[in-house]
Amino acid sequence: MIEMQDVSFGYREGGDLLSEMNLTLPAGSFHFLTGPSGSGKTTFLRLCYADLLPSSGSLTAFGHDVSGLSRDGIAMLRRKVGVLHQDAQFLDHLPVAENVALPLTVASQPVDMQALKELLGWVGMSGHARALPPSLSGGERQRAALARAVIMSPDFVLADEPTGNLDWDMSLRLLQLLVELNRSGKTVLIATHDMDLIRAARQMDVQARSLRISGRKVQLAGADL
Amino acid sequence: MRADLRNVDWRSLWRGLIGRDNAGTGRIVPPTGVTAQLTLLTAGAMAFLAVFALALSFATGRLAERWSASLAQTVTVRVSAPADEIEAQTGRVMGILDQTPGIAEARMLPSDEVADLLTPWFGPDVPVEALPVPKLIEIREGGDAFDAEGLRLRLEAEVPGAVLDDHTRWREPLVSAARRLRVLGVVSLGLIAAAGAAMMALAAQSSLAANGQVIRVLRLIGARDVTIAQAFVRRFTRRAALGAAGGTVLGMLAIAFLPGMDEAGGFLTGLGFRGWGWLWPLLIPPLAACVGFFATRWAALRMLRAVP
Repeated sequence: MIEMQDVSFGYREGGDLLSEMNLTLPAGSFHFLTGPSGSGKTTFLRLCYADLLPSSGSLTAFGHDVSGLSRDGIAMLRRKVGVLHQDAQFLDHLPVAENVALPLTVASQPVDMQALKELLGWVGMSGHARALPPSLSGGERQRAALARAVIMSPDFVLADEPTGNLDWDMSLRLLQLLVELNRSGKTVLIATHDMDLIRAARQMDVQARSLRISGRKVQLAGADL
Repeated sequence: MRADLRNVDWRSLWRGLIGRDNAGTGRIVPPTGVTAQLTLLTAGAMAFLAVFALALSFATGRLAERWSASLAQTVTVRVSAPADEIEAQTGRVMGILDQTPGIAEARMLPSDEVADLLTPWFGPDVPVEALPVPKLIEIREGGDAFDAEGLRLRLEAEVPGAVLDDHTRWREPLVSAARRLRVLGVVSLGLIAAAGAAMMALAAQSSLAANGQVIRVLRLIGARDVTIAQAFVRRFTRRAALGAAGGTVLGMLAIAFLPGMDEAGGFLTGLGFRGWGWLWPLLIPPLAACVGFFATRWAALRMLRAVP
């Protein structure tokens, strides 16, 4: 699904932040990405959904070299990737239901209202369908963002510190939803520095592996969790 | 720009103007903002000016045709001679005119018509008979056979007091000025369209810049540049059409309530449309919508592509 060969990336103002990465994220896998703050976790995720392009090396997503994709090609790639950020952003003038359905809207696909209701119910947001995003709590925003991330049935779900602003119960609830997605065949990658979250995944009977960013490289960290 | 034009989905132009937004993409742009009112105002003002430029163009066109037509078929012979010779010289001129081919009618202006011509300078009740006024003979051309230059030379040779005036000296600068005014009107229309396009492009860029969060969210979920642009284009196309419709109606009303031609008879009072000509301003709103569509689309795509 995602394959990196000697991939390096650096922002203009500095040297390489990540260098010579060689790894494969197979379809249906579940990975945590760990590392200290500023180590490049978010940058790694942005490379995965082509928000950034490698400085060198080859990054293949869904069989396509992302460096060779057109702007429309990158947009199409992102429709196969659901992204969940710590600070989930919405269109504040649209109600939650329309925000969740937004990926279908921009892809000119019809919205199945029944499926939308079920999705909102799955993330526990049925009662907030007509609410505007500014009125939501942090946990509600994250769950709405998760619903939006998966409404197109993406093959790959990326979460960047998804529990950073949530209390522990809500963090577990969100983790459970991501585990359920993985069980339905989705590839999941969660960037986090919360080791308790990784430990909690052990209790959920999921085949999760951990990637660690260390010394500008991403390495598989030890045995399976 | 050429690639953008080639890739234009013409159905989206139509949908953007009057079609229903079934997908709801139009709603992804926040509905409020001072840009909306400014765009309406700008489109309205441009359309108002365009109506006047169009009216100017039509009026000057009519003026050029009128001057050209009214003077083109007539020639005047002026006979100036001492009082005791003028009748004889006038008779000789009439004789020559009778023999000249291409003349439909040669008529000596009677005293009352000469008096009318002199009224602006001497006032009414001019004693024409008492003044050494030249005799005027009006000639109406009857075909292509008329040779003004040949007639002028013959009159010079045979009747030294007779001068032929085919009005060219007066007609050409007037017609030329009227035609230039018409060109000026057309150029004004072009400038108005260009200024309108520039303002639409700036407004679209301003709107895009103010909606950075919207664009970030849309990109994250896989929206193509053209989809994002379309949401803005649709809105600006409609605003351009609505504003232009308002401006056009006001402009047409203003033209309709100008003083009538017959009342004063001057050039400015002839500014306006006649008959089917009143339909021409109705093209302004759809044209403004087209200008809004292309200007917004170009500006939006250009701006979106500039951001990685």
